[in-house]
Amino acid sequence: MIAATVPAQRLSNAKLLTIDASGQITHFPRLNFPDLLRARDVVIANDAATLPASLFGIHSRTGAPIEVRLAGRRSLEPEAVKHFSAIVFGEGNYRTPTEHRSSPPELRPGDGLRLGSLRATVVCLLDHPRFVLLRFEGSSEEIWRGLVRHGRPIQYAHVPMPLEIWDTWTPIAGPLAAHEPPSASFILNWSTLDVMIRRRVYFGTVTHAAGISSTGDPELDARLPLDEPYRIPESTARLIQEARERGGRVIAIGTTVVRALEHAAEIDGVLRADEGLATQRIGRETTLRIVDAIISGTHQPGSSHYELLRAFVTNDVLEDMNAELEEHGYRTHEFGDSIFVERMNLAGAGVIARNKKNGPPARMSHQGKTHYGITCMQSRNCKLLKGHGRP
Amino acid sequence: MARHKTEGSGKTDADQTSIWNGLRVAITGGTSGLGNALAVALHDSGARVAFVARNRARVEEVVRKTPALHGVVGDVSSKDDIYPIAIQLLGALGAVDVLINNASTLGPVPLVPLADTNCEDLELALQTNLLGPFRLTKALLGSLAASAREGRRALVLNISSDAAINAYLNWGAYGASKAALHHLSQVWDQELSLQGVRVLSLDPGDMDTPLHALALPDADRSTLKSPASAAREMLATIQNLLLETKSAPQPKNQEAPQ
Repeated sequence: MIAATVPAQRLSNAKLLTIDASGQITHFPRLNFPDLLRARDVVIANDAATLPASLFGIHSRTGAPIEVRLAGRRSLEPEAVKHFSAIVFGEGNYRTPTEHRSSPPELRPGDGLRLGSLRATVVCLLDHPRFVLLRFEGSSEEIWRGLVRHGRPIQYAHVPMPLEIWDTWTPIAGPLAAHEPPSASFILNWSTLDVMIRRRVYFGTVTHAAGISSTGDPELDARLPLDEPYRIPESTARLIQEARERGGRVIAIGTTVVRALEHAAEIDGVLRADEGLATQRIGRETTLRIVDAIISGTHQPGSSHYELLRAFVTNDVLEDMNAELEEHGYRTHEFGDSIFVERMNLAGAGVIARNKKNGPPARMSHQGKTHYGITCMQSRNCKLLKGHGRP
Repeated sequence: MARHKTEGSGKTDADQTSIWNGLRVAITGGTSGLGNALAVALHDSGARVAFVARNRARVEEVVRKTPALHGVVGDVSSKDDIYPIAIQLLGALGAVDVLINNASTLGPVPLVPLADTNCEDLELALQTNLLGPFRLTKALLGSLAASAREGRRALVLNISSDAAINAYLNWGAYGASKAALHHLSQVWDQELSLQGVRVLSLDPGDMDTPLHALALPDADRSTLKSPASAAREMLATIQNLLLETKSAPQPKNQEAPQ
């Protein structure tokens, strides 16, 4: 596929590939996507606003220039901005493809970082020389002020022009939660929401801390998606419950929505209003309990976004999809074209079996053991991990 | 439908507490005049309040007086400040249920006829009084609509003026910008009705504020309302407007399909 290089959220000629529940592939103009919705369906989007999560600065001990990309935090609370997990690069910027970026100087616990007016300390390394837990100095108000003054949206080499914050906020962006845009929601605008309401299609939102999509390091990329906090409002849980009772489909806009809804229902298949930390990986083994269809971008095979589609359709259908995307000139990445995939009736291994293999759902196992999904290398010195319970 | 004139009301502060209590309110222009009075009155009514103003020293002074208020330094007339302002408001409050676009500029001072108004002065009036509120509302609309979906009140209040309705000599730049803001409010209120977000435009009347002193330095201040009483009246008017429409906000997207 070709990369979408212009940060335009709703191009009038954007394409939409659809796969129905029988595996049949069709092409649509994306503007017409509301025509795929039926009365009683419920559409759920991620309303996270995107942080200016890329910070340039200096590694104090060596004086070396660095770029820090904030990758995750353990809670969506606006005050919880003291600690972030972060990927650190050496000199350079987004114009260099991530996999060719230079390494930062050796990072050690206690190292200070000067990031504009912000001051941060490396608390510990997270099982990788350039993946760290950071602690910012100052009050949450001061940290937000520093982030808006010095932070830039995280971006990649395929978009040559520097992104502005408004390029990365979906029209429905609200809570400050995403590290990269939940870009499937670029498909939405307010007129579309009105059309949906008039057609008796429900609309609700979850907030999910969409994380970094690429680190440039195969070992780190293999860990994606990192653990991501989410919140499901009472009104959204109710909408989904009502839609299911009335026979409507639950349509997730974006992989993050699938991850949040399926994580919240993981224990007993019942979706409740909840705040949690999504730790699971969704793929061929996953039995989807809530989501009937997904609207997503087009993604490269092997990426976690792509692997998630295996929970919806067979490998054969995905291969057909790849061929069609190539043949019809679909554009990829966050400003690219989209797919609408309905869940086929697949016999998955079942979420309960998977949990037996991997231990109980991570919200229960999280306590005191892991942080951001990985063990802290200096866990004995890592104060954050002591007594750290559910976020 | 956007309403204009605020009315005096016999409602007491205790009545007002009921609708403002717990709401997260963002106000532009909160260091003086009506904005400051609204910030304090809303805080007293149980709201969580963050305000925006240009001058850091004055923002800090207001926060010193009322430490529960969150102060954000920024200029709504500057396009580049809008998202930094929105992020800091969301960072302080988590979400915004009520946005009050109060920050305002008179245009050229002393007031002059349109023929003597520099184009740049009209531009600045439009940037501050029209484009600033439009941009900030757009940036926060996701949050406002989420509040409505979750069953909270979602409201944008644009502070208007009788100069938005009447053609006063020498008030052309200000009046034109306020007329445009009033019209914008009316259209937006209808357009957002399906999303459950209200957009009101209200005229607080003549008040004893720094802006009024700039416009009419020789006015008899004893005839002017205090900003505090104007703020109380305005909150009572909004409460009546909201309560007369519906007992509770029920955006139409949450009605059961039939």
